[in-house]
Amino acid sequence: MTPEVKAKIDKLLTDNKVMVFMKGSKLMPQCGFSNNVVQILNTLGVPFETVDILADNDIRQGIKEYSNWPTIPQIYINGEFVGGSDIAIELYQSGELQQMVEVALAS
Amino acid sequence: MISPQQVETMIQEKLPNAEVKVVGDGEHFEAVIVCADFEGKSRVRQHQMVYATLQAEMASEAIHALSLKTYTPATWQAAGQPV
Repeated sequence: MTPEVKAKIDKLLTDNKVMVFMKGSKLMPQCGFSNNVVQILNTLGVPFETVDILADNDIRQGIKEYSNWPTIPQIYINGEFVGGSDIAIELYQSGELQQMVEVALAS
Repeated sequence: MISPQQVETMIQEKLPNAEVKVVGDGEHFEAVIVCADFEGKSRVRQHQMVYATLQAEMASEAIHALSLKTYTPATWQAAGQPV
């Protein structure tokens, strides 16, 4: 990953408390796993931003190195990598995700 | 095309302490892994440990999607599913 790509990702994470790197857009997810994450965050009713990695190959590769995580989607809360679709579902079901998001938005 | 058994073997080789069960259609897989080495590690770290055993296959997208459920022996029992 080039320093430019890292800086770009750093800035996205600084600017957005809840950030999702996904395939497709919020309105038109291009993958079932990305769709899961969007639906969960919509259900929580919290503001979140997304990046379509299909439209940016540098970020598509870079984000996997950034988090040492080989798959998309990836959720970041307050700049910290939280997990992909499976972990998001587990955290949502246990109520932890709501808590994490509330803490982040209040900070 | 990779079989669920091959995925199971690859995980098992690198995590010899683990109980591994994989189902899948050749591209999309679901794996349940119970491993004492997960003790005291975050979910993200547990999944990273599993992904690391399949690095080449994930990078080449031979495995397009891998859904993971990771447990320690204790959390597995707590989930009501004794090994």
